[in-house]
Amino acid sequence: MSMAKARQPSPQPSRKQLLEFYESMALIRAFEERFVALVTQGKLVGTGHLCVGQEAVAAGVCGALEEDDYVTSTHRGHGHCLAKGVDPNEMMAELFGKTTGTSKGKGGSMHIADFRKGMLGANGIVGAGMPIACGAGLTAKLTKSGRVAVSFFGDGAANIGSFHEALNLASVWNLPVVFVCENNRYGEATPVEYALAADHVADRAVAYRMPGVIADGQDVVDVYAKAREAVDHARAGEGPVLLECETYRYYGHFLGDAAGYRTAEEVESFRSRDCLILLAERLRRDHEVGENQLDGIRAEMEARLDEAFAFAEASDDPALDELTTDVYVSYP
Amino acid sequence: MAEIAYREALRQTMREALIADERVILMGEDVGAYGGSYAVTKGLLDEFGPDRIIDTPISESVIVGCGIGAAMGGLRPLIELMTINFSLLAFDQIVNNAAKLSYMSGGQISVPLIIRMAGGAGSQLAAQHSQSLEGWYAHIPGIKVAVPYSPRDARGLLRTALTEQNPVIIIEHTALYARKGEVPDGDYAIPFGEAEVIRQGSDVTLIGYSGSVFQALQAADLLTESGVEAEVLNLRTLRPLDVGTIVASVRRTNRAVVVEDDWKFGGFAGEISATIMEEAFDDLDAPVARVCGADVPIPYAKELEQAALPSAQQVADAALKLM
Ligand SMILES: Cc1ncc(C[n+]2csc(CCOP(=O)(O)OP(=O)(O)O)c2C)c(N)n1
Ligand SMILES: [Mg+2]
Repeated sequence: MSMAKARQPSPQPSRKQLLEFYESMALIRAFEERFVALVTQGKLVGTGHLCVGQEAVAAGVCGALEEDDYVTSTHRGHGHCLAKGVDPNEMMAELFGKTTGTSKGKGGSMHIADFRKGMLGANGIVGAGMPIACGAGLTAKLTKSGRVAVSFFGDGAANIGSFHEALNLASVWNLPVVFVCENNRYGEATPVEYALAADHVADRAVAYRMPGVIADGQDVVDVYAKAREAVDHARAGEGPVLLECETYRYYGHFLGDAAGYRTAEEVESFRSRDCLILLAERLRRDHEVGENQLDGIRAEMEARLDEAFAFAEASDDPALDELTTDVYVSYP
Repeated sequence: MAEIAYREALRQTMREALIADERVILMGEDVGAYGGSYAVTKGLLDEFGPDRIIDTPISESVIVGCGIGAAMGGLRPLIELMTINFSLLAFDQIVNNAAKLSYMSGGQISVPLIIRMAGGAGSQLAAQHSQSLEGWYAHIPGIKVAVPYSPRDARGLLRTALTEQNPVIIIEHTALYARKGEVPDGDYAIPFGEAEVIRQGSDVTLIGYSGSVFQALQAADLLTESGVEAEVLNLRTLRPLDVGTIVASVRRTNRAVVVEDDWKFGGFAGEISATIMEEAFDDLDAPVARVCGADVPIPYAKELEQAALPSAQQVADAALKLM
């Protein structure tokens, strides 16, 4: 990687850290699959953009962040929120439009935000998070808080003006921002090869005088190692990094999209390198973690989702007078 | 005359235009292989090929800018911007260029560009995906704004747009795409600036456009239970606005309620209301009422969202208050 200065090699994640990644990815998977199940069973009406298949990106990148680092997310943001530590109960309640939701039921799937966790918000407008991350980075720089901002975005979003404006600004102002592209090969139904005038999104980094790095988005260890290096680089005041993670969404663009624009072979080629499977192999091989232990983690996450569902179901719908609050805020 | 869905009326009309005039091209995100986010352009890529049905990257600003340049160059671009919410990324090109190039060039330049987009709320898609910003476009001299309610409108207004020398914005409504209605075929077109009296009545005029015509018609049904006969107007275009039909109706009924999904503050309903005041003040028996969306970003939770949108009952109540 073309990072400017020599520094400590990134530490290999410990056994404990790997198990935390496994837990984080299993939680995201369980959350998304529960969401699908609830919609299928008619217990929840609605749709959403699922990140099943992409969990390693959220877990690996957020695993390299401190609790008070900032994240801006996308329409496909459940995984980023969970990996950054947002409470699954509150997220599930938000999907149910309940008062106990992260946004009191006003935002829904595309607008989950939790400032306590540095989660500045999922976003329904493609590309909108990147300029906002520049502002978070500017805050960190001017207040010398030592924080870093990460902005997740998709391969499709790399073609929108705000991507280019944000990368340029972050570079000329030397902002501590890591731009993380989740290249899942499609923007809605459009293949990345059709829309992107580059072999890789990361190739564009050179145009904005920053390091461009590609990670295997199915392998949480690779994502973590590269994210860690990028975050350290930004935190050290050496400027922004563009990190592209090659990954895949197993579901369609949104829940209900039949995704007829891609082949079964392509889906299978990514499923066979599923992030949970790859990490399980590594844990067994290098750390003698048994299948039982991993089954146990997944069962724990299922139980966590039982709890989240029960919490959401038991929560109140917003009262009608909530309609007009929060348009403007006035803190005590 | 066939009974077809709103989206089908749009598709058929675009298809005919593509056959009739080889200068017509279609551009937008996922309009080709996928057939459009609202399935309006299905099948067109297969029939007309990738030089005429052009999938674009997610780049609203350049999609519209490129459409402007292509229109200046002699093509007849039809652009789909998915939703009005995303059109904000192209707002600069629409307002600062498309709308002004003819004027700024002293009439040298013509921009025969059609931009289609979907507006409206009601599907729990929350604040960034549920806006009704038609009034913003109608505010701008140099563009024309069509807001079809029925499949018939969709065909008739699009056909007129295709004969225009100037940029036309067509704002469709997500809740209307699947609705069916009779559509005349052949040369049928609806001129801009001609509202439809979609229901006749003598006691109050309910004025709507696009999705809100639906609430107005339902309200008219509710009002008959109270012995009130409402006239319902479907504006069809916001710019040009058919002031004549509005005023003539209010002269007969002496009362008016304007219905709009958009916010009341600074919205298009205010324009209609002021126009009635200017043109028919002496005929009014009561102040013009407005029933609009709540003055908030559209919330996600179902009950809150419904509470934020105008309902037929609210329209009927507003009308009864004028009696
Ligand atoms: C400005 C804008 N244009 C269009 C859309 C509609 N839209 C929502 S998601 C999406 C595709 C985004 O693709 P990508 O950035 O690759 O993210 P992915 O969905 O693959 O995670 C599009 C076109 C939007 N939300 N915002
Ligand atoms: Mg993508």
